[in-house]
Amino acid sequence: MSNPILSIRNSVKRYGPVHALDHVDLDVAEGEFLTLLGPSGSGKTTLLTAIAGFTDLSEGSVSLRGRDITNEPPEHRDFGMVFQGYALFPTMTVRQNVGFPLKIRKRPASEIRARVDECLELVQMGAYADRMPSQLSGGQQQRIALARALSFKPQVLLLDEPLSALDKKLRADLQWELKALHDQLGVTFIYVTHDQDEALSMSDRIVILKDGKIQQSGIPDTLYNKPRTRFVADFLGKSNFLSVKVKSREGDHLECVAGEAAFPVDATGHSGTVGNSAEIALRPERIRLTEPGKEFLTGTVKQVSYLGERCQVLLTHSVLGQILVSCPTWKSGINPNPGLQLGFGWDADACVILEAE
Amino acid sequence: MPRLNDQIRYWMLVLPALAIMVIFYILPVLGIWEISFTEPATGFGNYVKMTESNAVKTSFILTFRVAAITTVGCLLLGYIVAYAISNFVSRLTPLMMALVLLPFWVSVLIRSFSWIILLGRSGLVNDTLRDIGLVTSPLRLMHNELGVLIAMIHVMLPFAVLPMLANMRGISRSYTDAARGLGASEWTAFRSVYFPQTLPGVFSGALLVFVLSLGFFVTPALLGGGRVLMISEYITYQIQEFLAWGLGSALSVALLVATALVLLIAARFVNLKSALLERN
Repeated sequence: MSNPILSIRNSVKRYGPVHALDHVDLDVAEGEFLTLLGPSGSGKTTLLTAIAGFTDLSEGSVSLRGRDITNEPPEHRDFGMVFQGYALFPTMTVRQNVGFPLKIRKRPASEIRARVDECLELVQMGAYADRMPSQLSGGQQQRIALARALSFKPQVLLLDEPLSALDKKLRADLQWELKALHDQLGVTFIYVTHDQDEALSMSDRIVILKDGKIQQSGIPDTLYNKPRTRFVADFLGKSNFLSVKVKSREGDHLECVAGEAAFPVDATGHSGTVGNSAEIALRPERIRLTEPGKEFLTGTVKQVSYLGERCQVLLTHSVLGQILVSCPTWKSGINPNPGLQLGFGWDADACVILEAE
Repeated sequence: MPRLNDQIRYWMLVLPALAIMVIFYILPVLGIWEISFTEPATGFGNYVKMTESNAVKTSFILTFRVAAITTVGCLLLGYIVAYAISNFVSRLTPLMMALVLLPFWVSVLIRSFSWIILLGRSGLVNDTLRDIGLVTSPLRLMHNELGVLIAMIHVMLPFAVLPMLANMRGISRSYTDAARGLGASEWTAFRSVYFPQTLPGVFSGALLVFVLSLGFFVTPALLGGGRVLMISEYITYQIQEFLAWGLGSALSVALLVATALVLLIAARFVNLKSALLERN
């Protein structure tokens, strides 16, 4: 990456024997919407608070446009931050909250007034300037926290699970708004979440963390379709995992077997030596369901779960075990009922060979 | 509306306590009001005497001054203690909590006597100061206002700490972090974000200490040694030494009214209900 706005080098954070961050390197590009995704305890929040300056690193460095800021206190870093609980100051009005960073910076009152109005308009909260935070709903508080973090035009905006306290529908709406705001302002966003939908829908790039280490990073599409490890394949969406043996290889095309079942696997970028065993991941929505005999495998329907737009079918196969299939309800054409025999299969490029963790 | 049955049960639960309050507290207080207007002669004689007496005026001023200084002292010391306990994670925190609560389990009489041992002419403090050569003749640390104040602040400290502690424990660290993340120095974050949130606790602590100090008897009597006559001791003198029941009662009424006035004035600025009951 040429000229990253933010560089984290070899960062380590130890809490006693536990590594909350274990030698993490990360570059953030100017204007990027970067998401740190991981389960709780993965180190994503530690990484964010280390960037913000609230967590002192045990080792390693943080630099902003090439300037080392590892030892600078949070107030000198000039990053906007939106906290999980919003942390709106309860003794101040909305206007005072949003104007707080500007007041600290000793801007003239008229300028503060104008900028606060501008920021409140930006988050569609112009009519609420004189309310107290306690008079606002969760979603409204979230917008004010955003306006406050943006009011002083920070170089980077840090967001710590800002939507996690909201209900599902509001969360989905605000995802669109956050993304639109990012595109409109061009500010670098670093966003922490444990919610894969949020990560996939908003990010330019996702960094997946586990046990203080980066598992994989990339654009949402790559991470979803080409997960490198079982953890990534499992954490981002749902996957079936198959233990197979490589029977033959022709260029990037492998023929894999599990018991008497044989099927093609695309091995672009993977070694996949003949005779070795491998673990492959297979997305439920990439599996086709047909009449028995029309595909290369046959299974029995064990359970069906209707989800409205989609239908999830749990198949059992004699060798592969349970296989989860997800098909759109509007075109499935077949009517799976428990006990029914169905054919199933997939394209070679639907399979991803996983690296051992 | 609760059902009738509920109302009956409510009153049955409240009645015993209410009866005790009325029989042993409210009626005697009313009796005092009566005495103040009837002894030794019916009329406002006692109140006229009271307002004309310089000794009474001095005692009232002294009482309010001691109560005010005690309140300020307790707030300053108590704020620091409450802040430390609620904002720093330390193995010493339970010990500090115990030290705050400990005085509640020790009689105020014993605590006041302890101060006499510490502050006397050949008390621990004076002996130590003399041994290390800081003073040649003992300092007068008690039987004066200083001694009363030292002991009063000690006795009242928990009443200041506890409401402030309850309040501070409810303030999330994220507010200060947010302020700093937005560019405020540690001091600015404390002053403009943290401190305003602690004001309800400060007010309820102040009110508790001030009101309790106004009518405090044991500590001023012991540490003052008869030289620092706060109003409750003054009343005792009137009744025990001069058998002036009428004047003593009138002074009691005046103290009660003064205390009520303090609460009334405070109510204009603070929500008393939340300050004294909820302790958020």
